Amino acid sequence: MPDEFYRSHILLCQDPECLAKGANDIEEALLRELDAHGLRDEVNLLETSRLGHCHTGPEIVVYPEGVTYINLTPAAVTEIVNEHLLKGRVAKKYLFTGEARKDEELRAPTAKEIRIIMARCGVIDPENIEDYIADDGYAALAKALLQMTPRQVIDQVLQSGLRGRGGAGFPTGKKWEFAAAQKSDVKYIICNADEGDPGAFMNRRVLEGDPHSVLEGMIIAGYAFGAHQGYIYCRAEYPIAVRTLKIALRQAREFGFFGKNILGTGFDFDVELRIGAGAFVCGEETALMASIEGRRGEPRPRPPFPAVAGLWGKPTIINNVETLANVPNIIRHGAAWFAQIGTEKTKGTKTFTLAGDVVRTGLIEVPLGITLREVVFDVAGGIKDGKGFKAIQTGGPMGGCIPEHLLDTPLDYENLGALGSIMGSGGLVVMDDTTCMVDIARFFMDFIQDESCGKCVPCRIGTRRILEILQRICAGDGEEGDIEQLERLSKYILAGSLCGLGQGAPNPILTTIKHFRAEYEAHIKEKRCPAKVCKGLITYRILDTCPGCMVCARNCPSKAITGEKQKVHVINTDLCERCGICMTVCKFDTIVVE
Amino acid sequence: MRSKDLRTVLMAAALQPAEDDPVAVAEQRARIDAIIAEHAPKAGSTMLILNEIQSQIGHVSKPMQNYIAEKLRIPLKDVFGVITFYSFFTMKPRGKHRVAFCLGTACYVSGAEMLIEKAQQLLGVKLGETTPDRKFTIEPCRCLGACSQAPAIIVDDNVHGRNTPDRVVTVLRKYERV
Repeated sequence: MPDEFYRSHILLCQDPECLAKGANDIEEALLRELDAHGLRDEVNLLETSRLGHCHTGPEIVVYPEGVTYINLTPAAVTEIVNEHLLKGRVAKKYLFTGEARKDEELRAPTAKEIRIIMARCGVIDPENIEDYIADDGYAALAKALLQMTPRQVIDQVLQSGLRGRGGAGFPTGKKWEFAAAQKSDVKYIICNADEGDPGAFMNRRVLEGDPHSVLEGMIIAGYAFGAHQGYIYCRAEYPIAVRTLKIALRQAREFGFFGKNILGTGFDFDVELRIGAGAFVCGEETALMASIEGRRGEPRPRPPFPAVAGLWGKPTIINNVETLANVPNIIRHGAAWFAQIGTEKTKGTKTFTLAGDVVRTGLIEVPLGITLREVVFDVAGGIKDGKGFKAIQTGGPMGGCIPEHLLDTPLDYENLGALGSIMGSGGLVVMDDTTCMVDIARFFMDFIQDESCGKCVPCRIGTRRILEILQRICAGDGEEGDIEQLERLSKYILAGSLCGLGQGAPNPILTTIKHFRAEYEAHIKEKRCPAKVCKGLITYRILDTCPGCMVCARNCPSKAITGEKQKVHVINTDLCERCGICMTVCKFDTIVVE
Repeated sequence: MRSKDLRTVLMAAALQPAEDDPVAVAEQRARIDAIIAEHAPKAGSTMLILNEIQSQIGHVSKPMQNYIAEKLRIPLKDVFGVITFYSFFTMKPRGKHRVAFCLGTACYVSGAEMLIEKAQQLLGVKLGETTPDRKFTIEPCRCLGACSQAPAIIVDDNVHGRNTPDRVVTVLRKYERV
């Protein structure tokens, strides 16, 4: 609360890992101890998202000293309150002495990053609307509602050049213009928070760290094209995001940002939260609407576009979380401010998640137009463990793999499209030279065929056939002509599918064949996996230097390792499932893959 | 006995234990009725109701689906279709703890499969199955968005990151006691 003064603030980490380790017990203990010493008026306890040392959690940070305590138990809390808060001494026993606070998802920005969407993440308390308001939150809403006509709002968004951040990159202002032109009493705005791409969690972090920016963007969008009801469709795999959103919605309603007569302007708007049930295809807009309507999430042909006939047949706009989070900034700072960032055709910043074999994984926010090389080597710090770069996969499972010689490509919708990949929602997976590209293609196809809704036959059956061929190749049973067959099937799936899932399904196959054809050929013709990954083409062997510690034999799930104590062990390759557990548990590096 | 009653009895006997039939179990019926009463007025309520039932009761059996469809006055196919489409719904009871292994890209490349092997070995069931004592159900799941903690697993609502096969054993042992 702004009016109250506290001499100390305690931040208590409430991320899933700390909660699992008993953060709730710590909170109870803290409150009990503070009460016991009559410190509740002097010390403020704040629940926060991830603080950074969760593997040694539960943890707290005490300000103004900025001291981190880890490995907490209720008994430790008693001691810390006694020592730190009563006597003013740091309780050394639980003090975290390692490297300073490190948020492994969202680090301090590097030189090439610009934080706009993520500016508040980790800075404000996402569960307190006053934090957001204090940082100019809802100022854009006031500006739009009180000083601008709906048309002016749309014009600002048009001029800013903002394009949909869900992946397709359609100009947001144009979309709103279509919906505004529809004559209908009922229109809907949907926030697509069904972030399903494996390896992507930008939207989750925004929803968990700055939920009000998305809500504010939704109200402004509703005002711009005349919607009075919004839906947020969030995936069920994000329990913390759902919880944060529920709190944010409740607080925004209490403060009068939702409901009737918002800010005394006569504009009514409300939002309902809908939770998915574990179907990737529901991120596609027509499938998402079917799911909100309570049906199977199957896409339908367009036109009619949702802006004309969407949810329950009414004009509907579906915007991605990040798109909506951009809107308040555009309104507040003006279209020209936004348009100065990025390239000629693609304005603004974009959040990406970096995963895979780079030094710094996690979230980044960079100006569009930055090259992939800058992202991999400057922002992410290059490949870890001194290995070589092999490929970067953009755009999630329907994206393509981009090899080293194309790394100077600027990151924007057009350039990625030209390489047979997509921008997608922003997942970037970097692979080092120990990754097998055929195995990666098989992995993505496994995902896609499982998540294909089954409506379009080419997608349903074609992806299954592709998967079978890839499985065969990985098992060492590849045949002459398989590559051509994959290319042919890809062409049919691309041409014969309704939605982005089917149309994007062949991308991982086509790009890996294009750039890594030699690897496919090695699998098929030489029955060899150059990266030593594909289980059907490798064997594990124990070297003669094995000291016979028996750890591998104990850990082998299929009991394929035999040997006596202090004697060299042997792997029975007929029993071996090639899971690799033995190699990870061996302390002497005496197990090799061949 | 009228033919419809006979059919109901035969179906229940053949397909499901009586405990799963809301028509037979008053307590379950009351719970489902309450959920339906709360959500039915909302537009697109089928998903909301099924989501609630799945999380409160743990599964949506065939007799339950029959009951819901009749209550909502919609065809059974609209209930069954939704349940089979979304991976969160199950028709059989899950174990007390749902252990899901993230198979997102980052987890996959950092060894999710090894974790699964280990869990299968430890619990003696395959992926997608429930242990005979109904303690654990193990299944794969889609990206949890915990990629910087790969490989990740989620037990009930708690994410555990940076796993090794050994750590999975520790985690599962912890839940075994609760």
